[in-house]
Amino acid sequence: MRLKGKETVMDGEEIERALVRITHEMLERNKGVKDLVLIGIRTGGVYLAERIRTKIEQIEKFKVPFGIIDITLYRDDFAMGLPQPLVGKTEIPFSLRDKKVILVDDVLYTGRTVRAAMDALIDFGRPKFIQLAVLIDRGHRELPIQADYVGKKVITAPQDDVMVSFHEVGNPDRVVIQEKIT
Amino acid sequence: MRWAGKDILGIQELSIAEIQLILDTTGSFKEVSTREIKKVPTLRGKTVINLFFEPSTRTRTSFEIAAKRLSADTINISTSSSSVVKGETLIDTAKNLEAMKPDCIVIRHPASGAPHLLARLMDVPVINAGDGAHEHPTQALLDLFTVREKVGRLAGLKVAIVGDILHSRVARSNIHGFTKMGAEVHLAGPPTMKPAAVERLGVHWHRSLAEVIPEADVIMMLRIQLERQEGGFFPTLREYSRLFGLNVDILKPAKPGVLIMHPGPINRGVEISPEVADGPFSVILDQVTNGVAVRMALLYLLVGGEKEADRSSL
Repeated sequence: MRLKGKETVMDGEEIERALVRITHEMLERNKGVKDLVLIGIRTGGVYLAERIRTKIEQIEKFKVPFGIIDITLYRDDFAMGLPQPLVGKTEIPFSLRDKKVILVDDVLYTGRTVRAAMDALIDFGRPKFIQLAVLIDRGHRELPIQADYVGKKVITAPQDDVMVSFHEVGNPDRVVIQEKIT
Repeated sequence: MRWAGKDILGIQELSIAEIQLILDTTGSFKEVSTREIKKVPTLRGKTVINLFFEPSTRTRTSFEIAAKRLSADTINISTSSSSVVKGETLIDTAKNLEAMKPDCIVIRHPASGAPHLLARLMDVPVINAGDGAHEHPTQALLDLFTVREKVGRLAGLKVAIVGDILHSRVARSNIHGFTKMGAEVHLAGPPTMKPAAVERLGVHWHRSLAEVIPEADVIMMLRIQLERQEGGFFPTLREYSRLFGLNVDILKPAKPGVLIMHPGPINRGVEISPEVADGPFSVILDQVTNGVAVRMALLYLLVGGEKEADRSSL
């Protein structure tokens, strides 16, 4: 497989601005931090959720509860002889019952990851509601799922790769689209 | 690394990397049992057959709970309820079961090698839940996981395994497992229960329990199989208990954080005193809890997909 047409659609500054905006949108829409909980989808969503949590703390002087969800065990393609993914740890050390849960991921694509994450979340207790925040919405939905907070919408072809890199793992903050040629 | 094997037949066949992968995967599965709803849909539509030719409560129940927490369907077959009592051979039983299209067979059998025979005959994954005096790999894996979880490492630890080493599949699997993972294994028991040339497995033999206590990071007591007493391996249970039973007094010189393990079921007052079995150093019930997580991990690795994950399609 070759890659061509590499295009940076967000750099570090744009990501930062988007997260500031998303944070304010979350606080406004939920009227503060009461019962608010942030859950990052492993792996990219975790870094973004942590950053949003820090921004909320700076604004509201309150640390909202934070959890990590791994969706591997809820994939709907597991029994289809498809790839066997490594299972990561889910870390939600509190009940989600009656909480306002904000699910955070880096890229929204088919919607199947978000569906799996919502299935998993409900096993931790019945939340009051679940909202979705994503850095990039690249379209091509296969399920009726829509984000409540979006950093940027980008137009992609199904064969494109959308790659988000994070400074937390030693890379510059950046969103890059690559066209795959098979 | 990704899992490539078809079966789990023994620790002897597993590489260090494979054991590491199983233990890491177990860590992820342990969390599922702490949830409000202790069930994930991962193996929905899959069927696991527990084929037990020997009595077992703990292991069979553990496998059944593990499969059910992954949403698999489970069928339990024991000798008394199977066609074995009508004279059917293991090979015929295996072929008939395979014709019913299960996704995994878990087998316990009094004959060493029975799971290997089944694995050669069948395309579905086979997990050895104990075969004769040969191996009990899932017990060793849960023991490895428990020690790693409590101590944080396996390499460099001194592990004492005490009791009937000769007849113990748990001891054999744990010797392979702990030595592979870099621990030092010390064995102690009556000389009549010492396997011939056991030192070739890279372990140290001791004639008394007291010798191994002060240096051990982990003390694993084995169940004395009461029927062995009739075989003349030791004169009386009382004498065995006096020489090789773990009690508060003999534990006095032990390291402060020593772990006391036992694969169960326990003969209280024979190989271990109730004060020690229920004491602060005992991780016996943690072993049972971890058994479910290890078996969930194995079912996931064996029954699941095969190739590299491609999360971009999600």
